[in-house]
Amino acid sequence: MAIKDLLTVTAPAICAVGGTLLLLLDLAIPRGSKSTTAWAAFAVILLALASVPAQWGVSTSGFAGMVAADGYSLFVDGLLAVIAALTVLLTLRYNEARGIMRGEFYPLMLFALSGMMLMGHATNLIIVFIAVELLSIPLYVLCGFARPRVDSEESALKYFLLGAFASGFLVYGIALIYGAAGTVSLTELTAALSGPKPADSALLYAGVALVLVGLGFKVAAAPFHMWTPDVYEGAPTTVTAFMASATKAAGFAAILRIFLFGLAPLMETWQAPIAVLALLSMIVGNVVALAQTNLKRMLAYSSIAHAGYVLTGVAAGGDAGASAVLFYLASYALTSLAAFAVMIALNSGEADENHSLDTYAGLGRRKPLLAFVLAVSMLSLLGIPPTAGFFGKYFLISAAIGSGLTWLAIALVITSVISAGFYLRVIMTMYMRDGKNEAPIAGNWPRAFAALTATVATLGIGILASPIVELINTGIKSIVR
Amino acid sequence: MNPINFIVALSAILFAIGVLGVLTRRNAILIFMSVELMLNAANLAFVAFARKWGELDGQMFVFFVMTVAAAEVAVGLALIVTIFRTRRSTDVDDLSQLKG
Repeated sequence: MAIKDLLTVTAPAICAVGGTLLLLLDLAIPRGSKSTTAWAAFAVILLALASVPAQWGVSTSGFAGMVAADGYSLFVDGLLAVIAALTVLLTLRYNEARGIMRGEFYPLMLFALSGMMLMGHATNLIIVFIAVELLSIPLYVLCGFARPRVDSEESALKYFLLGAFASGFLVYGIALIYGAAGTVSLTELTAALSGPKPADSALLYAGVALVLVGLGFKVAAAPFHMWTPDVYEGAPTTVTAFMASATKAAGFAAILRIFLFGLAPLMETWQAPIAVLALLSMIVGNVVALAQTNLKRMLAYSSIAHAGYVLTGVAAGGDAGASAVLFYLASYALTSLAAFAVMIALNSGEADENHSLDTYAGLGRRKPLLAFVLAVSMLSLLGIPPTAGFFGKYFLISAAIGSGLTWLAIALVITSVISAGFYLRVIMTMYMRDGKNEAPIAGNWPRAFAALTATVATLGIGILASPIVELINTGIKSIVR
Repeated sequence: MNPINFIVALSAILFAIGVLGVLTRRNAILIFMSVELMLNAANLAFVAFARKWGELDGQMFVFFVMTVAAAEVAVGLALIVTIFRTRRSTDVDDLSQLKG
């Protein structure tokens, strides 16, 4: 193992080593001042973030072709580091108020982050499996972090059992692909599948289907979404924020690399199933969200719907599809983080956690800035210009139409219209209803900074869409195929 | 029939038993054991295919899967024990706080 190999996974390595050192450092930090651990984790994440522009432009693979460092993986690293850094800022006051300001929280977050980053770097299915587990196992613990609160424990066990079940599918799928093609390296798979079809094509298709099921669980695509609402609702809100934005981006980073680049020669086979998953997710997510009265649960269903939108881009395929997907992931991650920041702000007080939509009534008058952040976020999730969500959907629709999936693009538009029913209800509740909830909300500058950064990014990505698309396209051009 | 096909068929049967176990069992520990059966079915398939291709890669993957499964056991059993302490039950049907 040479330094050259390690440099191909700089950002994930910084997070993993930083997390390990932080576990040791945390022993020396007294119980009352665990925010020091949080700031140390913040510094580690910033270091990882700084490694991204320093490495921009490389296109190499390391560890005998197991991982790659290219513009694609660096973009994913950067996005995940930004999300994680903002999440750490959100945790400071909330974790204190909920009594979960314990030192292990931040090393666990760093380990999960390094797994997520590795998802974008993996060019071998076994590394995808390791990365999935590296991101999942710390998240199982983080979901149950608010123990002995019953809903937090329940959320952790549900996530764990279904996550482990999904890993079983993923690893068996990888085994079948290995049996059919004799390799699990994505570049070798592309070469092997470009020629005449292997004799065991049934084995190969079964393997690809199982891998899709396994990763479909991770990104919460219907019909593998059953765990999402319960886990999102029960987990501490800071963990939910991290899961909703970062896990989704990481899961899709791996799906993109596997399907659009590794298994590109099989596109005719996987395009239709992925399109069906996209359609199902959009319908289930948006329709069930209409019936929710709890904002946290509503956002869980909305995240299922957004998985469907992103899968539309995956089904579209090609470089256009990949670029649309990356753009959408960036915009969705920052937008949903802004929404969760407001929920965290409202639940960082003395009172018990309550995410019922009624508690948001009158927020427009009581806390205009928080209401503005949530309103911009809802408009972006809905896809109203000039927010990031609008351009994200625009690129997805044009990629889908460009590859002949017009019906899927139409479904995307129709389900987005349905989603107006619940996104606009949040805005109306905040501005047009008088609220009984008068619990004071103490200001907290790190949290305010994170919320405003996410909001500015939501608007900024929309306004500066074309330079960002160019950045993504350079990244995709340099991808190791 | 090629002997490797028998091993692969056995691994498919074990995998199916694991999936059925997860879907039908209601005790968290038994569900978890079924998941482990699925992972070990994959290990068996890896070993069989390594023989088919005449290389060691497949056998090497088994070590990765075993390591990850061990890490999962540690965290999973800890979670189940924690839940048992608060509720005196490991039945997943009792996990009904969150719904809607």
